[in-house]
Amino acid sequence: MNQGNLDTTRLIERRRLMLRIRAFEEAAIRAADQKLVLGAIHPSVGQEAVAAGVCAPLRKDDLLLSTHRGHGHTLAKGADARAMMRELFGREGGNCGGKGGSMHIADFDVGMLGANGVVGANINIAAGAAHAIKLRGGDQITVCIFGDGAVNRGPFLEGLNWAAAFKLPVLFVCEDNGYASTTKSSVVTGGGDLAARAEALGVPTASVDGNDVMAVEETAHRLGEAIRAGGGPRFLHARTYRLLGHTSVDPAKYRPEGEADGKWDDDPIQRATELLTGAGIPEADLAADATAAETEMQAAFDEAAAADWPAVRTAYDDVQDVGAIAAPQGL
Amino acid sequence: MGALTYREAGRQAVIAEMTLDQSVWCLGEDLGRGGVFGQYAGLEAQFGADRICSAPISEAAIMGAAVGAAMAGARPIVEMRFADFALCAVDELVNQAAKARYMFGGQSKVPLTVREPMGMWRSSAAQHSQSLEAWYAHIPGLVVAAPATAQDNYTLLRSSIRIDDPVVYMEHKHLWDFEGDVDQGAADFEYGPEQFGKAHVALEGDACTIVAWSAQVHVALEAAKSLAAEGVHAEVINLRTLWPWDKAAVACSVAKTGRLVVTHEAVGVGGFGGEIVATIAEKHFDKLQRPPVRLTAPRIPISYAPELENQVRVSAEQIAAGVRALA
Repeated sequence: MNQGNLDTTRLIERRRLMLRIRAFEEAAIRAADQKLVLGAIHPSVGQEAVAAGVCAPLRKDDLLLSTHRGHGHTLAKGADARAMMRELFGREGGNCGGKGGSMHIADFDVGMLGANGVVGANINIAAGAAHAIKLRGGDQITVCIFGDGAVNRGPFLEGLNWAAAFKLPVLFVCEDNGYASTTKSSVVTGGGDLAARAEALGVPTASVDGNDVMAVEETAHRLGEAIRAGGGPRFLHARTYRLLGHTSVDPAKYRPEGEADGKWDDDPIQRATELLTGAGIPEADLAADATAAETEMQAAFDEAAAADWPAVRTAYDDVQDVGAIAAPQGL
Repeated sequence: MGALTYREAGRQAVIAEMTLDQSVWCLGEDLGRGGVFGQYAGLEAQFGADRICSAPISEAAIMGAAVGAAMAGARPIVEMRFADFALCAVDELVNQAAKARYMFGGQSKVPLTVREPMGMWRSSAAQHSQSLEAWYAHIPGLVVAAPATAQDNYTLLRSSIRIDDPVVYMEHKHLWDFEGDVDQGAADFEYGPEQFGKAHVALEGDACTIVAWSAQVHVALEAAKSLAAEGVHAEVINLRTLWPWDKAAVACSVAKTGRLVVTHEAVGVGGFGGEIVATIAEKHFDKLQRPPVRLTAPRIPISYAPELENQVRVSAEQIAAGVRALA
């Protein structure tokens, strides 16, 4: 359904995905507050449009590398929310068998090759995955999402240069939420526009309002098709805002008074809701989508809370083939 | 069977595996011109510049790209030029390559071989001479190989490329021109997991067990030769791989000799010799007739000037003296 230039059918789909991501994050935060999720989690509340706009249009055989703030990307690539929630809870049936938790969530079956606990470490890995695709042939692409903090790490220079030099099929996405952990990025970052760094390394760029899901999708899709056609890497700078703290227990008091309040008006889900309401979509339908997302994630929460712990002997599995040590007797 | 240099044995191993398996991919600096030490001579012409990838001077990208490629179906052979330079890629090796399989619950293995030429090479000073094998043996997920002979280099390199684990493969720079007979005729199935954790007895003896790896095996053999002239027959064990390492072979030899000398080029503090001595002391204390001995480098950086550099070398004379002291 098109209303003017607005593809409402697609926006409804993307809004549903953003609602699912939001509901997942809120369920995870509740679980962390209740000490059901024990390790640190890094919610992406406010940044859902980047995940939904970049990842949802990808093919299943496209590859994705994400960050410590990767729940949204992983869901958007098609991972099962119930397995993800179990992983956060450290339970049997989690994507990684309870060995990775939030920061190492991965689902290779949908091409999601892992979140990463080290800022910027996914950039070189993504370049390598793209290199393997190029060596093998085919039109898969690799997408690598990282934050504004990562552009100040060495792998940003090495990995973008590598992808440019070898003309690799990789889309680099800087999901710029304004904060490098708990420090305002602009205070610790030299130079002007982040995209200029990528340009300097020979990677064509585009910048987009990262809270406008349709704009993110259209831009990411355009860059992705250029990559798929053999054009080499591209860089997308998506400006967004982290509405919550660095982790679920960070009250983010270091932010200037009132800064976040104003940003809630720019919430990407709220923006999508307003667009759809304006296009005549009944508010009851939009409310029903929100309820469905919350119901799904509460069910994932309940299932994870009731799931068994992993068998202790599995701590000794999947270390290595050669030189693996045996689990102690009796486990 | 024919004589090959240690360098050529490694080159032949790469050729054999690249010919058998299209997914084997070499990446590192200067590979197009044959690598810093000629280990890749002619390979670009043979396999093409895509599969013999001359990389920018970006160690982190080389190692990180290998991790990503391995997770996406390739079998990378990473060249780090010098083990010292691999320190620019420690996150990629230790946090990523070694952990990815485990962290992701076994969803992906990371089959890659990192060649890290190690050890002293006359007047190369503190940043081109180190032996850091113990660091990697410490890291769960990694396999560590340190070949001493041309045959070891052929067999262990082929085996490293084949297994599905990340292997830190430490050739010794001083050994490139060492010649030895190399049997390249073994059946394909003989290259693989069974080659790891399998020591070779380089010289049989009953007076003392000398455990060594990499270039230090040759120093130990020289010491054993001079001891033999005195009627003292030391047994020299070439460990070949450090993780896994052949505990049974060392224990068996110590059961025979009652004496243990471990020698390595690396600094003694925190070195792998400590692991070997501790293991034998814990599990086989009753077999030891004398306290075990470590002959290793003092905890000082490696110098440039020959006389200063020699301070970190463990000589054949020192090893022979160490064995004599246990008589």
